[in-house]
Amino acid sequence: MTKGFLSRNPSVLWFLLVLSIFTLSVTLLSEAYGIAFVSTSFVKVLGKTLCLCLVALAMDLVWGYTGILSLGHMAFFAIGGYMIGMWLMYARTEEIVIQAMAADVIPPTADEIRNGIATQIFGVVGSSELPPVWAFAHSLTLQMLLILLIPGLLALIFGWLAFRSRVTGVYLSILTQAMTLALALWLFQNDSGLRGNNGLSGLQNIPGLGDVSQDRLSIWFFWASALALGLAYPTLAWVVSGKFGSVIRAIRDDEARVRFLGYPVEGFKLFVFTMTAMIAAIAGALYYPQAGIINPAELAPIASIYLAVWVAIGGRGRLYGAVIGAAFVSLLSSWFTGGRAPSIDLGFYTINWVDWWQVLLGIAFVLVTLFAPKGLAGIFDWFEGIRTPDRKGAPLGPDDGSLQEKEAQQ
Amino acid sequence: MTALLEVSGVSVTFDGFRAINNLSFTIGPQELRAIIGPNGAGKTTFMDIVTGKTRPDKGRVLWGEKSISLLSMSESRIAQAGIGRKFQRPTVFEDQTVTENLMMALKAPRSPFRVLGWRATAADRKRVEELAFEVGLGDQLPRKSGELSHGQKQWLEIGMLLAQEPRLLLVDEPAAGMTLAEREHTTRLLVDLAKTRAVVVVEHDMDFVRRLNCRVTVLHEGAVLAEGSLDHVTANPQVIEVYLGRGG
Repeated sequence: MTKGFLSRNPSVLWFLLVLSIFTLSVTLLSEAYGIAFVSTSFVKVLGKTLCLCLVALAMDLVWGYTGILSLGHMAFFAIGGYMIGMWLMYARTEEIVIQAMAADVIPPTADEIRNGIATQIFGVVGSSELPPVWAFAHSLTLQMLLILLIPGLLALIFGWLAFRSRVTGVYLSILTQAMTLALALWLFQNDSGLRGNNGLSGLQNIPGLGDVSQDRLSIWFFWASALALGLAYPTLAWVVSGKFGSVIRAIRDDEARVRFLGYPVEGFKLFVFTMTAMIAAIAGALYYPQAGIINPAELAPIASIYLAVWVAIGGRGRLYGAVIGAAFVSLLSSWFTGGRAPSIDLGFYTINWVDWWQVLLGIAFVLVTLFAPKGLAGIFDWFEGIRTPDRKGAPLGPDDGSLQEKEAQQ
Repeated sequence: MTALLEVSGVSVTFDGFRAINNLSFTIGPQELRAIIGPNGAGKTTFMDIVTGKTRPDKGRVLWGEKSISLLSMSESRIAQAGIGRKFQRPTVFEDQTVTENLMMALKAPRSPFRVLGWRATAADRKRVEELAFEVGLGDQLPRKSGELSHGQKQWLEIGMLLAQEPRLLLVDEPAAGMTLAEREHTTRLLVDLAKTRAVVVVEHDMDFVRRLNCRVTVLHEGAVLAEGSLDHVTANPQVIEVYLGRGG
């Protein structure tokens, strides 16, 4: 059966091959384990890109396959980041506090350490008490569980309410966007217990690994991100290859019909929404230690819109499309916005890419949507000679499944 | 013979318009029935009520030997209970192959977790092939259903309904847009199907109804106007007035 799965999904082997070669090359070119051709900061960029590819996979599953245009998946991504960030910050501060108190004549009590940590972390928002949401922050295991539980639960409750009322299409997108915005606004408040707009910082310092250099840490996180992506890809390919994949694509194309086939459409949507929220959270938990800082601006709805743009440009409805889109667009984006792209002097006006990149991205998005709905991944079809069936004439109805003019006459 | 489906005293109103007005209808476990009526008589609304898409304001819809009420069940649960519906426009999943379409319809557990772990057995594949041959698509299995012709899509949809193994089949205007040969094939298929299950055909075309040679229910303004053989109902002066007098 395994053999059958791989032969039916050749992209899995290709993907794993490319990912391994890429991981190996970066390792051999890195400062920690190789010839120091790739800087540590660029290793971090690449590691973060792999996390973005992972969340793009989740987005492709929920949007490209199931047809739910969620504009909230970057919120789950950020929550994942917050969850791991809480432990990172707590444990790291604990080390510092213990070190500082070690010089005292009387050894500090557990309470004193706790208070010291709280003052250190929350002094910035004028508080010295550890808010209840930090109750589990001392334990890595518990916080890791929360990475899955909190976004999973949020997605489950939100999805249940939204899907049960049969909210679909644009309305659902707006609803997910509202959820993201509400979360961001809540986190911006100082009394949310997550340091308001300061967010969590110093996440690149891993507790207990103080004497390991960032050169090495960056590569370790790069490996972890590659591993997560390398595990997620075949898993999701398996999920979408069988009847489950068939059903969710059918839901995307005509959900009423799927209901009459006897499938509980809401259950499927909820399943996919929750599962992808958890994948997004894992990606976030790997991303933010590499970014070093997380603040509520990361939950801005625009982040989730970018995510949709990556998937659209890469080619939705196929997993490698999402990965290609996220990698290509986010790397290009960091090139343009990093000031490395040369400005174009038109004589009367100078195009400064830092300002104009978003316009370019916007135009690219519109062009892809209009002229290449399959996105960059469509190039592979072109090589293989796969064409969309010639449906002859314009559609007679609003959805993809509708008859087309000449077809109806046949 | 007990009834498979019993609809009694059902009424439904849309924005003040009474689409179904105190409608009662029964069908046995192995029966072919045609429902005719002019536009707006409530034929489609009737099917919507039975399949759970529309909730009636009042009345009862009872199903099966145990007389379970369908009113509190979701569309998917009703479909699982054994009611299949064929829409007027062929609705197959065009992006997927004929095999995938049939495999999806095949009677099997429907919950997300069960579907996730489900893999086609040799028996399932064989059944899909048989179904495809039965509806004349035996050589089309690997094709994307979007590439099929209009008539072939209709067959595929009927094949999908058969795969569901429903006890009651609701068919909306099966003959629309079909050639004469295709109509004959459809008639044979429906008559055959009614030997093992209940089939309700909603149809405009009197000629096609005549071919079916079955009991006919005439709907008018959301209520049953007459019921009986086609000759019997067409002789009814009320039917002539509201239906034949207008539609020809």
